[in-house]
Amino acid sequence: MPHSVSTPSETVPNATEPEMDEAAAATTAAENADSQQSEDADITMADDETPTTAATESDDKKTDTKEVKLEDLFPDEDSDDEFPSSSRPTQVKQEEMSSSPEFPSSPAEIGASLKASDPEVMRSFYQRLFPWRYLFQWLNHSPTPTNDFGHREFAFTLQNDAYLRYQSFPTSDLLRKDVLRLMPSRFEIGPVYNTNPRDRKTLRNLTSFKPLSKELCFDIDLTDYDDIRTCCDKANICNKCWQFMTMAIKTIDVALRDDFGFKHIMWVYSGRRGAHAWVCDKKARTMDDQKRRAIAGYLEVIRGGAQSGKKVNLRRPLHPHLSRSLDILKTHFQEDVLEEQDPWRSPEQAEKLLQLLPDRQLNESLRKKWDSSPGRSSLSKWADIDAVGKTGASKSLDARALLEAKQDIVLEYTYPRLDIEVSKKLNHLLKSPFVVHPGTGRVCVPIDTRSLEDFDPLGVPTVQSLLQEIDAWKEPEENSGKPVQDWEKTSLKPYINYFRAFVLTLMKDERDVKVKRERDDAEALEF
Amino acid sequence: MIRQDFNRIDPKRRNVLDHRKKQFADPAYKETQYPHRLNFYATPPTADITLEQFEQWAIDRLRVLAELEACSFRNKSPAETVAHMKPLLDKYLPLDSNSSPSTQLPLQRQKDHYSHFILRLAFASTEDLRRRFTRVETMLFRLRFQGDDTRERAAFVQTLSLDWEAVSDEERRELSSELAATAAAANFAGAKKNNAQAVEEETWCKVDWMRAPDLVEQRRVFLRGGKAYVPAREQQSMVVAEFTSRLERALELTARALPRLDEDDRLTPILNHLSKNFITPDAGYSSSSSIDGAEITARNIDTTLSAHFPACMSHLHRSLRRDAHLKHYGRLQYTLFLKGIGLSLDECLLFWRQSFHKITEDTFNKEYRYNVRHAYGDVGGDSNRRGGGYSPYSCQKILTEHPPGPGEAHGCPYRHFNLENLTGLLQGGMGVSDRGVLQGVKEDKENQKFHMACNRVFEHVHKVEIKRARDDGIMSASQLETIVHPNEYFKRSYLLKNLNSKTAPQSQSSQKKEEHDVKMEDV
Repeated sequence: MPHSVSTPSETVPNATEPEMDEAAAATTAAENADSQQSEDADITMADDETPTTAATESDDKKTDTKEVKLEDLFPDEDSDDEFPSSSRPTQVKQEEMSSSPEFPSSPAEIGASLKASDPEVMRSFYQRLFPWRYLFQWLNHSPTPTNDFGHREFAFTLQNDAYLRYQSFPTSDLLRKDVLRLMPSRFEIGPVYNTNPRDRKTLRNLTSFKPLSKELCFDIDLTDYDDIRTCCDKANICNKCWQFMTMAIKTIDVALRDDFGFKHIMWVYSGRRGAHAWVCDKKARTMDDQKRRAIAGYLEVIRGGAQSGKKVNLRRPLHPHLSRSLDILKTHFQEDVLEEQDPWRSPEQAEKLLQLLPDRQLNESLRKKWDSSPGRSSLSKWADIDAVGKTGASKSLDARALLEAKQDIVLEYTYPRLDIEVSKKLNHLLKSPFVVHPGTGRVCVPIDTRSLEDFDPLGVPTVQSLLQEIDAWKEPEENSGKPVQDWEKTSLKPYINYFRAFVLTLMKDERDVKVKRERDDAEALEF
Repeated sequence: MIRQDFNRIDPKRRNVLDHRKKQFADPAYKETQYPHRLNFYATPPTADITLEQFEQWAIDRLRVLAELEACSFRNKSPAETVAHMKPLLDKYLPLDSNSSPSTQLPLQRQKDHYSHFILRLAFASTEDLRRRFTRVETMLFRLRFQGDDTRERAAFVQTLSLDWEAVSDEERRELSSELAATAAAANFAGAKKNNAQAVEEETWCKVDWMRAPDLVEQRRVFLRGGKAYVPAREQQSMVVAEFTSRLERALELTARALPRLDEDDRLTPILNHLSKNFITPDAGYSSSSSIDGAEITARNIDTTLSAHFPACMSHLHRSLRRDAHLKHYGRLQYTLFLKGIGLSLDECLLFWRQSFHKITEDTFNKEYRYNVRHAYGDVGGDSNRRGGGYSPYSCQKILTEHPPGPGEAHGCPYRHFNLENLTGLLQGGMGVSDRGVLQGVKEDKENQKFHMACNRVFEHVHKVEIKRARDDGIMSASQLETIVHPNEYFKRSYLLKNLNSKTAPQSQSSQKKEEHDVKMEDV
């Protein structure tokens, strides 16, 4: 999943309770869309219905269902209203949020009870907390604007789920302005093109409009683990199944660093149930599709769909990358899979395990043993395989084949399940870091791999809590004299600090390669 | 054949030139050195060669390339291809290693170098030709690369400046277990080998992983810090891939430069002729395929020779006898075959004249004589005459080009006949009545393996002689492998049926004549 979208029920509330809210949101969104339409020819209905790249495909499956409802949400009399001012619905909303003043200048008043996708919440977040400068520096690789940023595609998903592609901005201020104007529920980052994406239609032939570079991205989503996780399913996660993500990040991260020699790798929580990796090294950014495919193929181990049976079938001896992964994953398999997930407790589940084992006679004895003691834990069952194997239950038992099958099983239950399409294409779009997930309200914060095990996806600050934190913040006794940024007053601070440090080292590496620049670099870097 | 002395052009040019520009007129090129057997063909040749050399070298190379292509069409295994190509390469395009005692090294390499560039000119014109040329040149390069002396190959690879770095012994020892795992995992066949030992034997090199994306994708190399550790075995695929990509690029450039090639009319016809020949892959059948000693005359075709004809020619011959006529492609296919078995032009003209007995002398002269002479290269354009006319059609060509239409007798019976008619032809014309063979032919035909069917029939008809030839070691395995040319069919059949004379090669010619008539009775 490139974009972890909320389920329809969350973005488009159709319950009776927040109906007024919804009307307000709808009107503002419609307004936004209207104004956008007049200004920007790019947004056409065709764009909404048939997204132009694969990037939006998976997304669209979801929006399809939404779109029907959305049309219902825009009754004719609404849009035909002579003066579709936003004040009326806003007032209605504010009446309901009885405590709200006329203008929501104070974020605290936009209480935690508000939805994250509420435009006012979003506006405050983008105005006061979003790290625009670092985002700019991250994508620009230099403090002064370059084509790395100027020709970079941004794509907005508007509140009405219209999808705006090929947006580009010379500077971060202009990007910020447009985000505040359009209030997208999220925005995504695409590649740097050879020309400004907004000017693509002025080119004589469209084939000369080509993506040049983009970070190498990875997307891991816990929904892909549904057949092996027992604690949650679909969009839900808990700390138990987040362990799958922890081991995935460990495995991929070490491969990218040690094997491919990449240095600037940032992992970002996707806001709900997954994580993205952005590999930002210059070498990685300029890779063509063939090289991206090569990396994807190198890292991909689990192949096949629901009906394909055994999903891991590796040649022996294992490639060094795989034996190293196996070493990393072994303990996770014991603790996080066998103990926590207990994937083979019921007889039906145990059958899945037996199907992955090579020896039929051994399977028979195991089945008998497990049937006689129902409720046997996966941990014991895993140990039984070797125990029963040693008793000579099967004459034809090939110890080596059994060991290899067991290794394959460990990998099948722990090895990262990548959404590999994201990594293969240069022009794939991926949700920007620090965007708010509209469903959960959680900010897509970077994950510090040094303390990966401590990362708690459920403890990630939500936009509502952050806005409260700003208000709750008290100026310290000793004033350093420096104005304190709003984000520094909140629990977002460590994440932005991490991001800033990441961007700084990246820029430093880029600068070393580039021709020496003027001194103003140093000043701009001070933040 | 017009012989043009290369000196002829020089004085002419010199006269035209401004004396002040004279210093630029005759660029002094450094003489090309060929330190290595293999060549990436990066620098074009600059020395003068004669027109004859120009053409002869190109034709020789073309022969090799065409045969290589035929090998791939026939799905020969690499080992088979090597065995098959060796005599041809030795004959047409020998290329010895530095360690060989040959004194011809520079000459061989020059020929290899020049012929490559001549063919580049000939095959750069269309996308299709470029692709095929790249393909077969890559095959040739791979063949030579594999056959090269290990040390010389390493030295050659060094010169390519591929940003490779040899892995030091120290590093190799340090990473031995990883490398062993990689080598074994990447190795399908030799997995049983002692891995540690394999690592020791193998020479490893380090390259930026981006140079070998396909190897990375399949996890066939070990990666560390962005460097791919490539075992020697895989280096080959990288070198070959590099060869291909460079050649592709160079051909593109050549194609763009071709129209601007300020060429007099000496080379263009040769080049066109060359590329035309390549469009229709022949199995490189030359006049040398005729059998010395056998009397090949128009008179003998009916009596002795036609017994050795493959089904296609047998059918053409019978059609000709039946109708006293053959349509154009039938005539062409048959004429070229006859030419290939060594029938002289005069004899051939006589043969056709006698065969077309229903028409007047005048009609024959007007409508048919010219075509026969053209096929022999007696008339026609410069290139046709120089090339000695067309070469006999190979099975490949007969199978794929100009399928016979109504009233036409050419083509391959195994392909273009229905099963009933084919069986009739085999039983009646070829005398095959063995059920097993007929069943096999039927299956081959169903599987579209027409040349297999033909070979099956050949082996059945000659089974006694083949066994003898094999047992007595008269004919080597390579002489008895799959036939892919009608003329080869004839030649082999003829030789096998005359094995007695073969045992005494010196007296062969004198004996054969007497034996012919006797033999025929047996058949």
